[in-house]
Amino acid sequence: MNMMSEAAVEKALDKKMNDMSYKMIGSDVSVYYGEKRALFDVNLNVRENTVTALIGPSGCGKSTFLRTLNRMNDTIEGCRVTGKITLDGDDVYDKEIDVVELRARVGMVFQKPNPFPKSIYENIAYGPRIHGLARNKADMDQIVEASLQRAGLWTEVKDRLHEGGTGLSGGQQQRLCIARAVAVSPEVILMDEPCSALDPIATAKVEELIHELRANYTIVIVTHSMQQAARVSQRTAMFHLGQLVEENDTDKMFTNPDDQRTQDYIMGRFG
Amino acid sequence: MSTPLILLVLAIFAIVCYVVGTRRALAIAGGLSSRLHSRQGYYGAFVAICATVPAAAVLVIWLIASPLYINSTIHDGFPEEVKAQSEAQQGLSFGMVNSLARGMDVLTLEEIDAVGANPAELRAALGAKGVPLAGDPEPWMVASAGDLNAMQKISNRVMTAIVLMVALAGAGLSYVRIAPRFRARNRVEKVILSALVLASSIAIVTTIGIVMSMLTEAGHFFGRVPAWEFFFGTVWDPRFAAAGAGAASDGQFGLIPLLAGTLYIGFVAMLVAVPVGLFSAIYMSEYASPRVRSIAKPLLEVLAGIPTIVYGFFALTSVGPFLRDISAQIQGIATGEYANFIQAQSVLTAGFVMGIMLIPYVSSLSDDIITAVPRALRDGSLGLGATKSETIKKVVMPAALPGVVGALLMTASRAIGETMIVVLAAGVAARMQLNPFEPMTTVTVKIVSQLTGDLEFTSPQTLVAFALGITLFAITLCLNIYALFIVRKYREQYE
Repeated sequence: MNMMSEAAVEKALDKKMNDMSYKMIGSDVSVYYGEKRALFDVNLNVRENTVTALIGPSGCGKSTFLRTLNRMNDTIEGCRVTGKITLDGDDVYDKEIDVVELRARVGMVFQKPNPFPKSIYENIAYGPRIHGLARNKADMDQIVEASLQRAGLWTEVKDRLHEGGTGLSGGQQQRLCIARAVAVSPEVILMDEPCSALDPIATAKVEELIHELRANYTIVIVTHSMQQAARVSQRTAMFHLGQLVEENDTDKMFTNPDDQRTQDYIMGRFG
Repeated sequence: MSTPLILLVLAIFAIVCYVVGTRRALAIAGGLSSRLHSRQGYYGAFVAICATVPAAAVLVIWLIASPLYINSTIHDGFPEEVKAQSEAQQGLSFGMVNSLARGMDVLTLEEIDAVGANPAELRAALGAKGVPLAGDPEPWMVASAGDLNAMQKISNRVMTAIVLMVALAGAGLSYVRIAPRFRARNRVEKVILSALVLASSIAIVTTIGIVMSMLTEAGHFFGRVPAWEFFFGTVWDPRFAAAGAGAASDGQFGLIPLLAGTLYIGFVAMLVAVPVGLFSAIYMSEYASPRVRSIAKPLLEVLAGIPTIVYGFFALTSVGPFLRDISAQIQGIATGEYANFIQAQSVLTAGFVMGIMLIPYVSSLSDDIITAVPRALRDGSLGLGATKSETIKKVVMPAALPGVVGALLMTASRAIGETMIVVLAAGVAARMQLNPFEPMTTVTVKIVSQLTGDLEFTSPQTLVAFALGITLFAITLCLNIYALFIVRKYREQYE
């Protein structure tokens, strides 16, 4: 896919977008933390092979929504989700769904780089190993190399695969975490402010990576940076006070939004 | 004045100084405390400190130095024939003089006159007043005691005068220094700082003192028994210390059987404590709901608060007999002959009960370490589709492992130093064997048994306790230092 010209990729993807093929569909999603309600009946669909950016001021519920998509909210005490979320038509919150399998299909990259205190190789091999994706050592080597290459980290670390993952720089650590997520071949990758702990150069690299990953994966990214949303995403959703304000093509969102609140937020009048 | 009285006077004087100093500072500032460098109370405190601290220091030094001087002077005044006697004899005479001096204080002048110089009557008179004497005092002793009393009286008077003078001088000098720009707060805080430093150094100095005293006594022991016989000897048979029996009755002091018992019982204890403690720590930190945790954790830690002697009872009266009886039953079912193969006092009993004692240490320390593993690591693993138990096995425990090992080493050093449980449950037979159902003994048990009873403190039978103590101390110290080293290294990973 990397071999394809940029224009060809865009064209192919645009066609897909026109087909309106939704990877994940969220309808009337509400989230409660104990008594407190954090999300109010959000209806938001995620398109396949598209980068969807979730923006909004702090505490608006965008991270909460992101975490409902692979049920990471389950790990939080007292959290309750209502409404319906589907992945390829299957209800994510159905009792029949194995949350472990779901998370293998919907991977996640966190705000702060969180490599395991193991070697770079072991960090990548962790996911494939628990899901039994490799039959032998050669298979595993191949998965590790492919994942690192996808994350654009291979050339930087190929000579020190067996050194600690925590010894890398912040940006490299974050790309290692992306490679780790890619290694289990997910269909959707969720990113929760993946660049907020990185410097501008490392941020640029990660953004470039997101751009490339779009060809193979569906990506949902939470970001505080409007510029980043504009740079990496095709669709943008604006949250405010737990409600979805507007969801639109990124270009339209940043030039001519439908909602006054979106305009105010983008212009920096609040948030 | 007596010492407590002097201290009381100093304390009252300090309060007076505080009030006067505070008033004076306010007066100088014209009633406006904002014109002072420090709050007025600091000026008062400064005066109080200057009045009492040097005076108290003089008091302490005097109280230490003056008895030393007086005693040596009295000793020099002994008749020549007494000085020619042995050290112990001189000590006895000196004790008599001391008792006499104390007794003569109790008697009135008339009584002393009535008794005159008749030693036997003096002894009876003192006995009636509740001051027993070891024997009939000799005339020179009465004279010496008089000297002693006189010198003590003078010393006390001079001391009182000097201490009070120092206190007054300190108060006066500091009082005149009070001025609006005088930095009383900084001075007072410096004094407080040095008090804090002093308090923390007391613990360290005491530790050094304990080690030094153990080393000296152990040195005496190694003067009698060669070090290699102690450290590598395989027979523990100290015999009894018979007065005047000489070196012939010296027993054998082999450390190895005791060390073997200590390590064996410690090993059995860890075998019980580590799995139970670790599993409970994992449950508490990873699975338990906050409600369960808030109830179960304190309950578990109550175990740590039970005095070890109580565990000792438990072992002696419940666990030991239970194991003995059940072994008899098993033997009976197997062979038809009801004989117990587990002794009531055994390695198993002591190790098992000690293991129960150690559970809360293992669980509480490991719990803290497991909880300290960043949540981000758990999320990362769960986000990749790992289950909770996979996350614990493959991410959380490996990350926590160095810290847990450190915690286990600290627990092991407790097991090695533990005394009361083994005294009651392990037995006293210093044997080298591998059967956990038989009694063995530990270093701590032998320290207790060598130091209890009526013993002279110069025989190797007693001194060996110090050699054992210093060995035990060295082992646990090494374990603790190594554990701290590991724990510290582990902490760096997340900072």
